[in-house]
Amino acid sequence: MLNINNLQVEVGGTPIIKGLTLQVPAGEVHAIMGPNGAGKSTLSYALTGRDGYEVVGGTATLNGEDLLELAPEERAAKGLFLSFQYPLEIPGVPTLTFLRTALNAQRKARDEAEISVPDFMKLSRDVAKKLGVTPEMMKRPLNVGFSGGEKKRMEIYQMALLDPRFMILDETDSGLDIDALKVVSEGVNALRGPDKGMLVITHYQRLLDHIKPDRVHVLAGGRIVDSGGPELALALEADGYDRYKDAA
Amino acid sequence: MPAVKETIETVESIADYEHGFITDIEMEMAPKGLSTDIVRYISAKKGEPQWMLDWRLAAYERWLTMQEPSWAMVNYPTIDFQDSYYYAAPKAKIELDSLDDLDPEILETYKKLGIPLREQEVLAGVKGAPRIAVDAVFDSVSVATTFRAELAKSGVIFCSMSEAIKEYPDLVRQYLGTVVPVTDNFYATLNSAVFSDGTFVYIPPGVRCPMELSTYFRINAADTGQFERTLIIADKGAYVSYLEGCTAPMRDENQLHAAVVELVVLDDAEIKYSTVQNWYPGDKNGVGGIYNFVTKRADCRGARSKVSWTQVETGSAVTWKYPSCILRGDESQGAFYSIAITNGHQQADTGTKMIHLGKNTRSRIVSKGISAGKSNNTYRGLVSAHAKAKGARNFTQCDSLLIGDQCGAHTVPYVEAKTPYATFEHEATTTRLSEDQLFYCRQRGLSTEDAVALLVNGFVREVLQELPMEFAVEAQKLVAISLEGSVG
Repeated sequence: MLNINNLQVEVGGTPIIKGLTLQVPAGEVHAIMGPNGAGKSTLSYALTGRDGYEVVGGTATLNGEDLLELAPEERAAKGLFLSFQYPLEIPGVPTLTFLRTALNAQRKARDEAEISVPDFMKLSRDVAKKLGVTPEMMKRPLNVGFSGGEKKRMEIYQMALLDPRFMILDETDSGLDIDALKVVSEGVNALRGPDKGMLVITHYQRLLDHIKPDRVHVLAGGRIVDSGGPELALALEADGYDRYKDAA
Repeated sequence: MPAVKETIETVESIADYEHGFITDIEMEMAPKGLSTDIVRYISAKKGEPQWMLDWRLAAYERWLTMQEPSWAMVNYPTIDFQDSYYYAAPKAKIELDSLDDLDPEILETYKKLGIPLREQEVLAGVKGAPRIAVDAVFDSVSVATTFRAELAKSGVIFCSMSEAIKEYPDLVRQYLGTVVPVTDNFYATLNSAVFSDGTFVYIPPGVRCPMELSTYFRINAADTGQFERTLIIADKGAYVSYLEGCTAPMRDENQLHAAVVELVVLDDAEIKYSTVQNWYPGDKNGVGGIYNFVTKRADCRGARSKVSWTQVETGSAVTWKYPSCILRGDESQGAFYSIAITNGHQQADTGTKMIHLGKNTRSRIVSKGISAGKSNNTYRGLVSAHAKAKGARNFTQCDSLLIGDQCGAHTVPYVEAKTPYATFEHEATTTRLSEDQLFYCRQRGLSTEDAVALLVNGFVREVLQELPMEFAVEAQKLVAISLEGSVG
């Protein structure tokens, strides 16, 4: 599914990702953990094509298709979704307007018919119910005046509505209290499937109690320095990242 | 009136002598330049009564003593007022053989706005197209007559200014120039001397005008031309909503436009005035385009009268425009909602004046300026309270959005309070269209252009909501189109 080979990324001329190799097969959830400044967010921006994150070497493909050649919106239409660490506020644009526009743009890019308004309304209501998103939130301008937790919930809501094939969750647990974490994790788990993949970027183990990963990777100094099963995350929680200092 | 006849003959002989006319429209254009003869010629051509001619001549004499204002933040080459035409009959526009001769970018815009082909031909002025197309599009005869009949039933007068001068001279003489005096400013005085035509509306006491009045529907009845003059009177307890302009860019040979709009609002009456202005802004290099110098003012003469100005300004090379409210009647209310978009090399200096004279008068200003490309966008607004305006209140919100790093946004508020019992609030923000927001939208699948359109429409939403429904939908499309290509 997602295949990253010897990826090198620079930001403002400074190398951040220095030869990263990673495979996430369909049906699996992989976690990326690492200390601050390890390049976790850079990886998510480079994969989604943000300006200023310059790929200077290596490859990244999704289901065999080269991602790095595509514009961000084309990658989105191929089914790549990023749940942002800091979701943006879009003043004056009602949440549902934003989502219907986005969904139809993706469908159009895939040569699919636009979703009708009644179908969209039904879909948006069904998904909202599962994630504890209130009708009031859906009518407000996207993320404007939302609390940190509400914004994260809105990210997962968008993810569920757009139904992507590969999902990157960047620090989704930050800003969530325990109850919200549970609701969001259930939402995420519901999106797992045999033909879907997920990359969960997190600093802490606690999210992985709720979203159980198949594999855990440690990112330090711009490279994957260790990989293992879910037990690796528990070890990290106990010992910290100090032992990878030299490896980087 | 032999003198007038003589003038016409003289002018026509000058016209014959002075080269430069296309033969088949010879009779419909006065020679270039401005003089008392030209003023007389215009008045005679329109068959105006003596009082109107005297009014025009007085304005012309006054204009000769005035200086062009230079305080606005706009730059343009010095206008040679003797090098312009001041009278051209409606059909004197240079006709195109077909739409193929039109600037392809304008054609592209028509397509995006979804304007039917025949209507495009009318807007562009294609030879032979006008009458049939207008009929086809608007079904002019039936629409016009149905409208007129329905309006007449309620006593509403809605006609061209020329017609009003002949048919309703008492009303015109009572109100014309009482809101924007002949001596008001350089461009208004010029307009008073040479105005070509415009719209006249009178709503009798207690009447709620049964439909939105629009110049667009009048397009076939009278071409509004270069120096438009509009006068709207809402008598006691009357209400009218008036729409000016249209979203399609009008091709126009006249570079200089100087319109005057006067609104008179009596006790308990209300006027809503909405404008969409999308004249030719010039090409990519800033060559050509309309200079738009407009004076618009409302006089809330009566107690509890109300006026709201809503404008969407996307066109013209230079815009100089300050729709204002004189809040004379006690408890009268004024509002100004504005979207001004500049792109390319456009320059806009626009805003409003809220002049509080009566007690407990209220005003509200919401201005959204968007600058892209190499353009400059200035909000200039005055809020003042007279010594007697006890309890006056104003709220001003002025937001600017910058797209790119070569454009400018400027806010110039003037505040004068001569009473301690007035409350004025002013909020202003300037933001740049953020890369973060754009990326966020693109990650969700929107193209850069769709993302800009969505973000900008969000920014101006508060003002769009003030427009009548069908106008708002068109304006929303227009906002997107005017900013195309503004983000790399």
